[in-house]
Amino acid sequence: MRLCKGPLIFGPLITGGQSLNPNGTKPHISASCKQNPSVRWSFSKMGREQPSQSQMAYTVEQLVAVNPYNPDILPDLENYVNEQVSLQTYSLDANLCLLRLYQFEPERMSTQIVAHILIKALMAMPAPDFSLCLFLIPERVQMDEQFKTLIVLSHYLETAKFRQFWDEAAKSRHILEVVPGFEQAIQEYAVHVLSLTYQKVPRSVVAEAINMEGLSLDKFVEHHVANSGWIVEKAQGKGQLVSLPRNEFNHPELRRSSADIIPLDHITRIFPVLG
Amino acid sequence: MDSTNKGPILSHIPTFYHLEAQLTHAHAYTDSHLLSTTHSLRSRNPNLSATTMAAVGYEYEDGLQSSVDGGIPYDPSFVPDPVKSFVVHLYRHIREKNVYEIHQMYETSFHTLSDRMFKDTPWPSVEAVAQYVDNDHVFCLLYREMWYRHLYARLSPTLKQRIDSWDNYCSLFQVVLHGVVNMQLPNQWLWDMVDEFVYQFQSFCQYRAKMKNKTEQEIALLRQHDQAWNVYGVLNFLQALMEKSSIIQILEQEKEGLEQFTATDGYDYSGGSNVLKVLGYFSMVGLLRVHCLLGDYQTGLKCLLPIDISQQGVYTSVIGSHITTIYHYGFANLMLRRYVEAIREFNKILLYIYKTKQYHQKSPQYEQILKKNEQMYALLTICLSLCPQVKLVDETVNSQLREKYGEKMLRMQRYDEESFALYDELFSYACPKFITPSAPSYEEPLVNYNQDAYRLQLKLFLYEVKQQQQLSVVRTFLKVYSTISLEKLATYMEVDESTLRTILMTYKHKTHSVGADGKTISNADIDFYIDDDLIRVVESKTSKQYGDYFLRQIVKLEAVIGDMDRIKLE
Repeated sequence: MRLCKGPLIFGPLITGGQSLNPNGTKPHISASCKQNPSVRWSFSKMGREQPSQSQMAYTVEQLVAVNPYNPDILPDLENYVNEQVSLQTYSLDANLCLLRLYQFEPERMSTQIVAHILIKALMAMPAPDFSLCLFLIPERVQMDEQFKTLIVLSHYLETAKFRQFWDEAAKSRHILEVVPGFEQAIQEYAVHVLSLTYQKVPRSVVAEAINMEGLSLDKFVEHHVANSGWIVEKAQGKGQLVSLPRNEFNHPELRRSSADIIPLDHITRIFPVLG
Repeated sequence: MDSTNKGPILSHIPTFYHLEAQLTHAHAYTDSHLLSTTHSLRSRNPNLSATTMAAVGYEYEDGLQSSVDGGIPYDPSFVPDPVKSFVVHLYRHIREKNVYEIHQMYETSFHTLSDRMFKDTPWPSVEAVAQYVDNDHVFCLLYREMWYRHLYARLSPTLKQRIDSWDNYCSLFQVVLHGVVNMQLPNQWLWDMVDEFVYQFQSFCQYRAKMKNKTEQEIALLRQHDQAWNVYGVLNFLQALMEKSSIIQILEQEKEGLEQFTATDGYDYSGGSNVLKVLGYFSMVGLLRVHCLLGDYQTGLKCLLPIDISQQGVYTSVIGSHITTIYHYGFANLMLRRYVEAIREFNKILLYIYKTKQYHQKSPQYEQILKKNEQMYALLTICLSLCPQVKLVDETVNSQLREKYGEKMLRMQRYDEESFALYDELFSYACPKFITPSAPSYEEPLVNYNQDAYRLQLKLFLYEVKQQQQLSVVRTFLKVYSTISLEKLATYMEVDESTLRTILMTYKHKTHSVGADGKTISNADIDFYIDDDLIRVVESKTSKQYGDYFLRQIVKLEAVIGDMDRIKLE
């Protein structure tokens, strides 16, 4: 019965025969793509293999761009979330689109998919993606234990309480470990916040933020010394100091004042005078 | 009555036939002069039109009750002379594409007549006036659009009327999408259509969510018409208008000088129609608004991207559209923590309203303008409390702000329950009317859920405020020191050193947002960095812009020298 609602009625407005977009092509999930899920989202691959075929597969991003309000793409978006998890990619727009469809038809919501989306959103810190997702998830769904945990984790990250974050994360491994790359992503965020704040930071503070010690910490620091311009210094009496690379946030004098910039078209006004 | 024969349900049939069916089913009017002659849309199937005519026919019983109270019974089929003259003239002006006259009648006469004759009753029914306008079906669709808008503004619509109004929008937009309309309508009117369409959607969602006091009859009607004001339908209509009008391409081409749109305010001076283009344009604002109502701020802003809001545009040509655009743009940025962007745009529009509101005093939108004005001051107060960049605010706006919210703003800086309550109060007063788009559950004991969406957005916003509340304490210290050791500041703030480090990092994180392009943007009013255990504060001085000044003086000087040269010659 569901199909009798939105899609069939409004589908033609969007995906119907007459083209609503200028190049005349309408990405839609073609039958051929469905039979061949492995190349389903690979535009170029399909193009190479079957250049003469008129119905080509499109990336999910393209699907979302053309059919943002089409409930038929819901299963594809769910698959895409799983793909983001396994291939360690990320698309906020596709995930928001899916949450939107869940919002329109709550009975189709999968809490497992929502959990994956939220973990991926945490990994996108410092971007506000986690809140953006929460805005679309009904409060009663947020009462679910695993979501409560994720909300607490987000709170710790938002308030830079890394020690508490890692403690809590350790307790919730069963939720988090399904998403590969989680730890690294949070460590990147921690390094981002440290770089905004510090010129020189005690090694112990770094250790706490990224939850590492001993050999793995040495390796981490070495890696950043080699690749990101970190410099390790000896501080008097205390442990080591890490000098973080300069950026406009920890060296505010680097910030180019917008007042110093004069747009070219203003300068063109004096060209006659100069000539 | 078979509801499935209504609205855009027939859209799976081929375009031309489809359009015809749409029109015939909606109204059995013979023809429209407001459609291009190449698409003469005559009803060829009398059977179909007869049945659907009955289906769409008005049932006034519900609507009547409210008007009967007044004593004078409302007769929908009685057309007073002024109304006769109104529709005849309006129809003529639309056929003659006299935008100026249409605008006058639409903006002035309609409201004057409404005030005089239809203060608390609906206008005469479309069936009654059709005979004066050649039974022109497109005109009748326009008339009904105004009819419902008037009804919504002055009376409370019944469920039946809400559903009928939806059907009318479907028919109207289908004609615009699939027909070749031959009209030039004022931007004000086209904006009002989109605006009202979204408003009625929002109003319907609010109405539907109050399940507790629904009668069995109402519930039966709701179930039967589950397509009416369906969120997919609403979004897809806006999206279809936007796409079919190619407005995004038009705006792109305009940048390269290949197309004129903004320069002519969207009007077509070469004999074409502005209706689809301008409706498509305003649909982008409509989409922004719908997404904000749903709490999807990211997508909302994305829909608005084709419009460059740093410039004047067609959206600024109608005050209502200008305000709606900036209100939602600013609100979405506030929720995305891009406070500086929100402050800038609120400041600009509030200054604009301050300077121009006297010209709108007689406008039917005046009350709405004032209300949004007040709400935006409240939102600006929130932004400035979380991100005290007062230097971004014009002196005029600032003095208004201090007058309205000065005292509250001081209290909002504090870190206590009262300040928390103030954020709650201002947000609740100024936020959009959030909606739950899904259909209710008819089975369980009926519950109201009209507050759910609002409560969720409020809760998440207050959560954010709570995370930031300690930052105002840090600010007060950073303001008075150029360097201070972590140890000392920790003592002053009565926290331990490691807590202070987290507070300082929170300050950095919260004052640095991620822009649309993924780059980090600083919203910090006071900046600092930590060097080992020493905090160094960097005062952000506003440097004067000399460059532009010198450029202007150089040009001026050159002109003076030129003048002097000429004088010497004489």
